[in-house]
Formats: sequence, C-alpha cells, structure tokens
Amino acid sequence: MRSTVTKTESMRLGAQPGEVIDRQQRFTFTWNGREYPAYSGDTIVSALSAAGERIFSRSFKYHRPRGLLTASYLDPNCILQVGDEPNVRAAHRRVTPGMTVRSQNTWPSLRFDLKAANQTIERFLPAGFYYKTFIKPQRLWPAYESVLRRFAAGGTVSASARHGSFDKRYVHPDVLVAGGGPAGMAAALAAAEVGAQVLLVEEEHELGGHLRWGGYEELQTLDALRAEVYAASNIEVMVDSVVAGRYDGNWVSVVQRNLPYLVERLVKARTKSLVVAAGLIERPYVFEGNDTPGVMLSTAARRLINLYAVKPGERAVVFTANPEGDAAVADLQRAGVEVARVVDARQGGRIVRARGGRGVHSVDCDDGERVRCDLLVTAVGWTAPTSLLNMAGDRPVYNPSAARFFPSQLSDDVLVTGGIVGDGPLDQLIDHGRATGREAARRAAVIAGALREATPQSLEPKSTSRKSVSVPEASPELPIVEHPALFRAITHGIVDYSEDVTSKDLFGAVEEGYSSIELVKRYTTATMGPAQGKLETVNVAAVVAEATDCSIEEIGTTVWRPPYSPITLGALAGRTFAPVRFSPMQQWHESHGASPLVAGEWIRPDHYGDPAAEARNVRTNVGLIDVTPLGKFDLQGPDVPHLLNLLYVNRWSKLDVGAVRYGVMCAEDGVVFDDGVTGRLDENHYVMTATSSGADAVWEWIENWLQTERPDWEVHATPVTSAYASINVAGPKSRELLLRVTEGIDLSPHAFPYMRVRSGRIAGIDDCFMWRIGFTGELSYEIHVPAAYGMFVWERLMAAGEDLRVGPFGVEAQRILRLEKGHLIVGQDTDGLTKAHAAGLSWAIKLDKDDFSGKPELVWQDAREDYFRLVGLQPLDDSLVPAEGSQIIDVNGSIAGRITSSRMSPTLERSICLGLVAPHLAEAGTTVTVKLPDEGRIPATVMAQHAHFDPEGTRLRG
Amino acid sequence: MIRIPCPYCGPRNASEFHYIGEQRSRPDPNQTTPARWRSYLYMQSNEAGWAAEKWWHGSGCRRYLIVERHTVTNEVRAIQPSAGDPRRRLRQEAAKSEGPTVEGDPD
Repeated sequence: MRSTVTKTESMRLGAQPGEVIDRQQRFTFTWNGREYPAYSGDTIVSALSAAGERIFSRSFKYHRPRGLLTASYLDPNCILQVGDEPNVRAAHRRVTPGMTVRSQNTWPSLRFDLKAANQTIERFLPAGFYYKTFIKPQRLWPAYESVLRRFAAGGTVSASARHGSFDKRYVHPDVLVAGGGPAGMAAALAAAEVGAQVLLVEEEHELGGHLRWGGYEELQTLDALRAEVYAASNIEVMVDSVVAGRYDGNWVSVVQRNLPYLVERLVKARTKSLVVAAGLIERPYVFEGNDTPGVMLSTAARRLINLYAVKPGERAVVFTANPEGDAAVADLQRAGVEVARVVDARQGGRIVRARGGRGVHSVDCDDGERVRCDLLVTAVGWTAPTSLLNMAGDRPVYNPSAARFFPSQLSDDVLVTGGIVGDGPLDQLIDHGRATGREAARRAAVIAGALREATPQSLEPKSTSRKSVSVPEASPELPIVEHPALFRAITHGIVDYSEDVTSKDLFGAVEEGYSSIELVKRYTTATMGPAQGKLETVNVAAVVAEATDCSIEEIGTTVWRPPYSPITLGALAGRTFAPVRFSPMQQWHESHGASPLVAGEWIRPDHYGDPAAEARNVRTNVGLIDVTPLGKFDLQGPDVPHLLNLLYVNRWSKLDVGAVRYGVMCAEDGVVFDDGVTGRLDENHYVMTATSSGADAVWEWIENWLQTERPDWEVHATPVTSAYASINVAGPKSRELLLRVTEGIDLSPHAFPYMRVRSGRIAGIDDCFMWRIGFTGELSYEIHVPAAYGMFVWERLMAAGEDLRVGPFGVEAQRILRLEKGHLIVGQDTDGLTKAHAAGLSWAIKLDKDDFSGKPELVWQDAREDYFRLVGLQPLDDSLVPAEGSQIIDVNGSIAGRITSSRMSPTLERSICLGLVAPHLAEAGTTVTVKLPDEGRIPATVMAQHAHFDPEGTRLRG
Repeated sequence: MIRIPCPYCGPRNASEFHYIGEQRSRPDPNQTTPARWRSYLYMQSNEAGWAAEKWWHGSGCRRYLIVERHTVTNEVRAIQPSAGDPRRRLRQEAAKSEGPTVEGDPD
C-alpha cells in the first residue's frame, strides 16, 4: 500500500434538498490501495467522484480509460472488484466502512495500463477478429489461449472466499408492480386501496424514480407518495430488487438484494396481474470520443448533484434535445459548474467529437467551434425498457416521431403505466398510474374468481358457474411527446461500452453480409455485455438501419430474454432442503458405531466396523439387518393376481394363501427394472416388495397400469414402506432365536417351509407378518412389524439372542453374502439395456402368459443369441479383487463386458465377481481378461452358475 | 412455469406433475411387430400445436390425466382423468344406495 493519506473531497457540494447521503456518518474505504472518505449513502463511484477521481476502469478490448456514464446500476464502465467479490456495479453499490475496492483487468495499474497497447493494433482487432485470427497454426492454441485469457475482462475469484448465505421465497400477490417511480407508486396505492395484496419492486435503493433528482415540487410529491406507500399495510416494498423474468401465467422471478445476513434472495412470485412501470432509460449518443472520462448522460450529472452532492466537473458543454437536458443545465449552474456552451439539438445544433485521453478537454461542435471543457453532458433521448413485456409476448413498436419503442399488444394479465408508455406532466403520470393500479386489482379479482371456479370443492360436477362481473374502467391515455431522432453524430463512436463495439464495427459487419440485427449482435457481440442491450440495442438498430439504408422499424430489436438483471448462482441454488429418511432403529445403529450409507433418501447402516466379520457371523450364528427402506405395497382386491401377472414376467395365478414368490419386473422395453418377493397373506390380501431405491417408481408403475390400462380391475394398492419396520433375521440359529419371541406361529420346518408367509405376534406386538426368503443364502426370516414398534422388537431380538451370539450386520455385509450366493441386484448387475434373458432370468419368464410388461421384447430377445450375459467370475489370483466397473477385454483389445459386482468372500477366502460378458465369452470355463483401472490386466474364469457358495441352496431350505 | 388445471385439485404448478409423454394407444403385444412396438415405445410426433399428453399429478391427487395442451402457447383446452375416474364410480355407488348424498355436496 502506497500512501495512507486520506484524500480530500474536492468535488463535494453543500447539502442538497434531495440528497441520500447522511453527513453524520462518515468513514473511509480504499480504492486501489489508497484511502478515501465517504458518507453513508454514497455509492462507490459517487464517493470517488467527490474526491475528484474520474477513471474507474479500462475497456474490455482496447483498454481505453473509462469513467462514469450513467451513475446508475447499468453504468458500463464502473464494474469493480470489492474485496473477494468480482464484477460489482460500483455506481449502484453503497460504500461500507473499510471496504477495499480495486479496478479490474488492468496491469500494472489503472493509470498506466500496458494492455492499452491494444489500441495501437486496433486495426487488427475489429469486431469478430477471433473468427479470423488466432486460428492457425493449431499447435499454438495453448499459447493464444493464455495470452487472450490475460486480456479477458472480469475480476478475480478467490477459491478461499467465505460463502455467503442465499435463500428463496415464494409469494402470491394480487398485483405485482415492477418499478417504484411515481406511476408505479400510484398504481400500487390504487390497487391497495381496493383491497389487493401488492408487491412493489424497485431497482434503486429507494422509491421515487426520476423524482429523486427533481426540483422542489417533485421532491414534495415524492415524499407524499412514499409515505403513503409505506403506511399501506397491504403493500410490500422491495428495494434494491429487480424483476428478473416473467414466465407463463405471470410466474415472475424477483432478485432481492440488500438483505441483512443474506447475499441475495430469489423470490418466486405467482402474481395475478403484473404492472410494468419501469420508466425510461437514458440513451447515450454515438460520436468520436464518447467514451472519454468526463462524458456522461444528463441523468448521471443530475444524480451526482442532487442525490450525492457531487460536482461532476468544473466547466461543461451540454448537448440537449429535451426538457430533462435543460433541467441538467440548471442543476449544473446551481452546483457552480461553468456551463460554457449549450448545444440545442432542437435548433439543429450538433456535437461532432469529444477530445481528450484520460479526460475530456474540449468538444468540437458542428459550427466549427472547439469549446474547452472538462465535462460533456448529453441528453439525446430515451429507451423504453420493454424486456418484461417482450417476455410476456409483446412485440414493441417503434414510434418515429417520439424516437423510441412503445409496448403494443399486452396479454390480459399484464398492464403498463408511466414513462414506458407515454409522456406528460407529473400529475398526469400519477393519474394514469392510479387508473392502471385499480384496473390491475380488478383483473386480479377476476382471475382469483376463475381460479376458485376451477378448483373442485366436491365430488359433484359444477352445475352453473357464477362468473364475477366487474366493469373495466376506461384508462386515460398518456400523450406521446415528439422527440428528435438522435443516434449517431457524423463521426464514429462506441456503441457498446462493455464490449468495445464501435459504430464502425457495425458498418463493417453489415459490409461482411450480416444485415439482420440478430446476426450483427452475435457477430460483433454488441448488446451482449452486462447491460444486455438496455443502453445499446436502439443505437445498434439505428446504426444498422443507417448502414443498410432501412428504417429502425424494419431492423427491429433483438429478442429479450430473462434474466433482466444478473442473478448469482447462489440465489438460484438457494438453500438445500434434502429430505432424509431414517428407520425407527436409527438411534440403535448410531450408538453401536454404524457407518452411515446414503441410499437415495435413506440413511442406512453400511457396517458396524468389520463387514467381513459380520458376514461370517451370519453364516455361523445369526445376524440382524435393518431392511426397513425396502419398498412394500399392500395389495387388496380380487384382481391382484391379474395385476401381478401383468407386472411380473413370471406366473402368479396359482399363489396359495401363505405362499411367497420372487418376481422380476420389466419395463415395456423388456429391460429389468425391479425385483422383489410377493406374499399372499389372505384370500384377497397380498404384500409386494420392491427394491428400496425403486419403491417410488414401482408405485407409479402400479398406478399407471391400474388407472390407464386396466381401470376395470379392482385392486387397491397402498404403499406401506414406512408403515412397517423390516428386519431380516439370517443364519443357522435364526429359527432358534425367533422361537423365543414369536407367538401364534408354528416355526417348525415342516409347518413353515421356505418361501412361505405367516402372520402373528412378535415380541408381544400384533399385526406382524414374516416370510422365509433367502437373499443371503442362509436360513432366514424377514419380519415386518408396525413401524412404531420397530426399535422395541429389534432390542428384544438382540437381548433374546445374546447367548446365540446374535449381531447386527449392515448393507455391506449383506452385499458380500448375496454375492456369494450369486443373487443379482437390479441396477448393479443390470443396467439400462439389460433385458431379462441377459440377466440369467430366463427361468422366470413365462412367455405363454397372455400379456405382461415387456413380453414382446422378451419374445424377440429369446429368438436371438447376441446379447451380453450375466455370469459368475473368479479371478485366477484369488487375492485380487477387481474394481467394480473394470472392463473385460477381448483378444483384440475391444471391450467385451465389465465386472458388475466384486468382493473378497470371507466364507470362501477368495475374490468373487459377477459380470456381464459378450456371448462368445460366456461359456463356463472360459478365461477372460479383466482390465483394471490402473491399466493392469488379470485373468478370470467364467463360472457355470452365479452362486459361488452353496449353489444347491441347502442352507436356505433347512 | 405453467399451471395444469387438475380436475381433482384445481390449477396447480406444473412442478407438481410428471409429464409422461404423448398419449398413444398400446398395440396388442401379441400381434405387434418390432417396428410398431418400438415406435410406440420411443417415437413421439412432437408437433407444434395441440397435443394430447399423459401427465401424472405426483405431488397432488396422484391420478393420471390426459391433457390437451398447445405446445407453443401452453394453453390447456381440455383435461380429463385417464380412463378410471374414481369420482364417477363413487357417484354411481352413491346413486345405487338409498342413503344420504355424497359428503361435501354444496347446498
């Protein structure tokens, strides 16, 4: 840091009636290492301007020194780095004590920027130069990239910057008013008076629009309106907020800034009617030197003087074409600026060029006079910011006598008021605002009525609809005042300040054949900067019209898209609300050292420290696993067997009461998408299970068939996944353990064989059911208890089985055990292309069934041989466990499959796998080559069956 | 974001629904050819204009609905429950029984 001497405020004026700075609160901040004073309420640029600073940045391509142009949010050359935050709109952002501000994209400094050398090679860097240069030779691309990157604009992002907070909010106002100037405030008040809920959104830090830098009468009107707005209980005001986009049905996004503890909030509003009162944006004039520091718009000069008490210069030339420009002359004189010359465009006067490098020092006028000055103020016209209306489907129409675009056809739920739609004295604007607000509220009430009508209140159909009758009020039209059409002087100048596009570039683009404004925009990048055309589009249209000898109406504007104003990625992301599901036994798992596994929305115990030991305990003694996330469906009705036949590939017509069957579900393309067991508890009562991750999809699937294809079937399907806590009791001692806690169920092998379901009392809890299935390959019972008793039953089992060495086992151990038995997991051992035959499930497919999901594709697959098969594999080196996903390579190096599941088996003490392999490699005994992720290759043998352990399943059926 | 006028729930944000696809009739799986079946599975006509679509009100009444929507303007001109409408069945059952009218009947 060089000098710490606080700079003085050479350009600060005395108190102004409408100033927004608080002279009682004074502090300092730094700009490029130097300390500067500021008042609370100053923007960064107003504080620096008060201290006499004029150069804030260097332009994007040519690195020309740039100063302030608009002194508003849109100011293109006031984009600075504030602390860790890049690309801050410094003519809008308020200074805070201790703020560190730096210029962007300059080296070594703002004053002396070596990259300004670009100016000397300007001839070689016209618009679109990158389409023609830096192309060959291709091997130099990395060099070109590193050079060009250094010259690209934008601040620096720090990877260690602290994250701010963001969130979202949903609102449903009756009327949303975009724009808090006089017309907007009037509309909000009128709508609120007739009872509407109003949301008023204003881009600046306070309400008022152009009234804020007006004269005594404007300030009086402003104070009165503002007080009324804040007094109304049904108007919510958001300042420093922007309506960013308007979507179908008045779905509107609002970016709200300036909130305590939040960087930004994205507000999503469904409003009944939308009132656009966005006012007008002043347009720059295109001429040689129009980007020199000291050249600014009339609104910029008036803001500086009236809002921030800053003198914009010492000696000024004013080029004016309208009353606002004349008012700027008066303000400048009042502020003690010497107005050397007023060039009046209405009398035919024109300026030709501004001269100066680091600051304007003279202006050439069309009568040959060269006027010495340090400030040039232009007031050549206005642009209507019609983007929101365009997003609502409106195509604005150019009015040549007023020299600006106007809205034309609006949908019923969008209204406009204020400067954007006409001119006139202040009281007329306010009257128009009030009428528009009342009409907006009326339309909102009609829409509310229609929404109520469309919402059914009973099972009976509506007999007559009572339409709400209200008469629309005739809205007074605003006059449209003539304005000279001023876009470009006789010299060439900057059209897009952010992208460094000159009017000469636009002529060049037209010469090269780009005559449509959409193509000119993309070729030259004009309007693609931070202002997104608000300052540039009309001038681009005018210059292109000039170059093509067409009218502005013929050229038109480019398409306006959301967002109107930038939104941070943080606000778009908001806060993350991710629901988490726990089983009733979660506390037990946590307190017993379970390592959590995120399985979709569920948190499940992955293991309790040693999954291999858990697996061994299941094979030796008895283990308990919490399988509550398993998808469960209660199916009731006489047509359930028909449904099961339709959804599964196997046959279900003859499932006795008390029997359980495994089913495979295919989608209509024959691809396996779920599996599970279904048990018949009673005559018309079944329980179906699905995979835990597929539970939601299976329910949707069931409903799809019942509602759309078979509505005549009587089946009631109720998802009961979280209604039951589910526990799998597995191991040779599982029967012994359950005998100690069950009542009313005969557990003897003869009475309760494999693949049967029984209901009864477990640990004193009624309404439980249990079935004998065998995912792990051991004697096992899956018990389902009403969820509220899950923890109780689990703890009872743990206590009752202590001497039997009962222990918990987690998802990892279960995976090992099922792999030893060769049981596939849908989505792990199958993928989005695996049809049922490929997964080795041909035994289950009953093609003679009349109809089931996937039948046609499975019939056709059956007739072919060329599909990959799921096979068991064992690496020759039994200590090597290939990573899942490792590819299987053919002799000529092409991919012929992959390992889908792979583990070290504690039971067999060797590595075991399942994999999908090409048909010519699928025969038992074949040796395949597995390519590991580290490029190593190992051989593996294809097994005759999927099961590596107990292929006959004797342990299951005991 | 568009609103879908669900016949059971009223106009709701499209985010409550799941768009399934164009409404097509399922060919007879026993009579069909691979070309015809795969056209049913994968091909959509995707025209700019009125389309009959299948939507599912997943975050609401969980009913499948046939929606007639204009794919350019997003206007919905007709919406009805797909095939089985529980309201119709309940009304029929209520009409059969001699008991009081269905609950919720406005007076």
